[in-house]
Amino acid sequence: MDIIRGVFKMPRLWWLISLILLVLLATLPLYGSAYTVILITAIIMYVILTVSWTMFFAPTGYLSLATAAFFGIGIYTMAILGEQLPLLPAVIAGGLVSFVVALIVGAITLRLRGVYFTIFTFGLVELIKHLLLFWEINVTGTRGRFVVLENNNTIFGVILGIFVVLMLTYYLLRRSKYGLALRSIGENEEAAAHLGVNVNLLKVFTFALSAFFMGAAGAIMATRWTYVDPYVAFNVLHSFLPVLMAIFGGMSQLYSPIIGAVIFAYIEEQLLTRFPEYFMLIFGVILVVAILYLPNGLVGLVRKWWQKGLREENVNS
Amino acid sequence: MSILEGEGVTKYFGGLAAVSDVDFHVDQSEIVGLIGPNGAGKTTLFNTISAAIAPRPGVIRFKGKRITGLKPYQVCRMGIARTFQSVKVFNNMPVFENVRLGSFFGTATRMSSAESAKEAEELLDFVGLSAMNTTLAGDLTLVNQKRLEVARALATKPELLLIDELMAGLNNTEVAQAMKLVTSIRDKGITIFMIEHVMKAIMGVCDRIMVLHHGVKIAEGTPQQVATSQTVVEVYLGE
Amino acid sequence: MLVSALNIVINGLLLGGLYALVAMGLNLQYGVARVLNIAHGEFIMLGAFITWAMYTKFGINPLLSIVIVGPIVFIIGFIIQRTLFTSLRTSAPSQPAFEGSSMLASFGLLFIIQNVALIIWGGDMRAYSYYNFGINLGGAVFAANRLIALIFAVVIGIAFYIFLVRTRIGKAIRAAAEDPTTAGIMGVNINLVLALCFGLGAVMAGLAGVFLSMCFPIYPVMGLEYLIITLIVVVLGGLGSIPGSFIGGFILGLIGSAVSSWQPSLALAAYYFIFMLLLIIRPKGILGK
Repeated sequence: MDIIRGVFKMPRLWWLISLILLVLLATLPLYGSAYTVILITAIIMYVILTVSWTMFFAPTGYLSLATAAFFGIGIYTMAILGEQLPLLPAVIAGGLVSFVVALIVGAITLRLRGVYFTIFTFGLVELIKHLLLFWEINVTGTRGRFVVLENNNTIFGVILGIFVVLMLTYYLLRRSKYGLALRSIGENEEAAAHLGVNVNLLKVFTFALSAFFMGAAGAIMATRWTYVDPYVAFNVLHSFLPVLMAIFGGMSQLYSPIIGAVIFAYIEEQLLTRFPEYFMLIFGVILVVAILYLPNGLVGLVRKWWQKGLREENVNS
Repeated sequence: MSILEGEGVTKYFGGLAAVSDVDFHVDQSEIVGLIGPNGAGKTTLFNTISAAIAPRPGVIRFKGKRITGLKPYQVCRMGIARTFQSVKVFNNMPVFENVRLGSFFGTATRMSSAESAKEAEELLDFVGLSAMNTTLAGDLTLVNQKRLEVARALATKPELLLIDELMAGLNNTEVAQAMKLVTSIRDKGITIFMIEHVMKAIMGVCDRIMVLHHGVKIAEGTPQQVATSQTVVEVYLGE
Repeated sequence: MLVSALNIVINGLLLGGLYALVAMGLNLQYGVARVLNIAHGEFIMLGAFITWAMYTKFGINPLLSIVIVGPIVFIIGFIIQRTLFTSLRTSAPSQPAFEGSSMLASFGLLFIIQNVALIIWGGDMRAYSYYNFGINLGGAVFAANRLIALIFAVVIGIAFYIFLVRTRIGKAIRAAAEDPTTAGIMGVNINLVLALCFGLGAVMAGLAGVFLSMCFPIYPVMGLEYLIITLIVVVLGGLGSIPGSFIGGFILGLIGSAVSSWQPSLALAAYYFIFMLLLIIRPKGILGK
């Protein structure tokens, strides 16, 4: 038992495990079927959205529902720039446009606390959607756009790359003094400010950083869908699923939102193919149940059982 | 030389003046007390100094430089640190990290991780919390939380420390310890401006005392002068 | 010109009356129970669909549906508060934590109610014809059903307002909103009051749905659209301020009606734009504390 417990305290082993998993993932196109590659691509997309959402929410407690907006901005950036730019610059452009929009939105709204901020970010998705619709109907006279198509393995490679950069960023952020400062903002913003933390700048920048990854993910996913319109690109569900996945998995550890996203995205794929008409209903039920019974997420629950098990064992021995 | 000066500092809330045309100064290495009945505007005055709110009208200067209009983090980095009347520690962070935050962000010059860790340890030792490094700040007793706030404020390497009611709710022994803490902070060369209700403490440690009543400065002087002032006695007895 | 202006005003008042009613309900739930109920729009949808079903299946007069819809949504709201939100409230470590978790849970409710409705009624737009003849008002012609809906929405809105301000229960509710702990000590059964408020809030949305179904087409996913408007009204009037919601509803209704007459597809964007401006200039709302 001690050996197993020790394992979880050895960061070097964590690195090794991560590396092995990563190599297995990276070589997936060599041994996996086309369907597996597409499925894992979709799962990684959700992981990216969930982790980047958690990156901002977990320390600060600011509940943003703008994920779909930044994801959609990435999609539309790709739709517009995809023909002019090579793939990678276009993906980065998708991230950068989201980053800039998030900077502006954040500067305006991050003074608001609690529900005001959430309502605002939620409305942002609808606003952009309706403005785009208006634009397409009245100015360009079109409805939706075609996107340059990419090969599935290329998409998979790019999304995996975004995922790796995101995880490294989140890891370094959590360990840095800025991670500490973000947590202090979540605890008590006023005290943080009086201890020299430039609260507004740090909040806005982190919010924009998380939006960068959402935008980049949107940009690469756009090349899978070939045709996008405002309803597809700015689907509110993309704001909620990351929240649910993070709650489901928990947010205390670096890996907890990943676990939530992987399990949930897999369930989602299954439900969507088997019971498409019941998907949203089941989604709602899981959301309510997770909030009621999984306050620390699945990972928190497992850790609790784990610690309880250890304690009982100590009592017995 | 005055390290801190205020001219005509005023702050209205709605139609009410919480602080009204107050002139004040704090000299280098002084311990200045700020007293007055509840609602006299003491904490509001502290808030204007630490830039939590801007005085309107009024000017505050720190080391000769105008600080009105700056942000709290800027004022902190210039060398003004504060504690809070109602404790605002970071409950879910360990004591050690509470202090480290101040040394990471509040100092004028950048600090390496190792330096800040050493600094935090020394400060926790200084306020008598070294045994509780890893305890979550929210699990500390109120007395210890107040000490933690002092350590955290000192971590920003201030030249001026604003202490807002350090001793409220402490017993006699704890008050004596707190008084010793205040004088030893001054011995480090840090100027102190403190709000306090415990008269014994304020009379014991302060070089000079200011009295606020309904937002107006009604008296100022040495502890003896203030204690014997007719106006001050009336204000306190009139309560 | 004058006629079209009159048209905009009457339409604006109708929309405003509906918005005011729904927003007062939401504000009652948030102000007292501290639940920002994102599923609030679903009660509008339920009210509208029950009315539609009663009218088309059994020929029940839509105005009579008030007495059917009212109790049904009241009970649903009451039960949700007593079970889900009470349980979240007692286990939450802090007030902000509860506000966050209850809001998320209400998103879950939104998906549940909306999709149950989709399964029962399908995704199509529905409408029925009730008092659908014109009434001439100063040269402009208005559908009678709109005028009836307007009058009822305003009367019921005012009735609720008077109930909250003048009656004993209303006062207990407002006391609980001001300070739940003290109200509890003063002998107000806090859990009952919260559930009552939640039920009443749901009734306001449900009744708005009844009137809405008389004038506009209805569909199961309509709730979210109305919810966004409601949130804007509530922010406009000030979170927690019931009179603010009442006034805010009419302001937004008039603006919406004016923008719609010019560019129908921009109405929502205009609402949102106002919302953004407001959050920047005066986040407390026009009557917020």
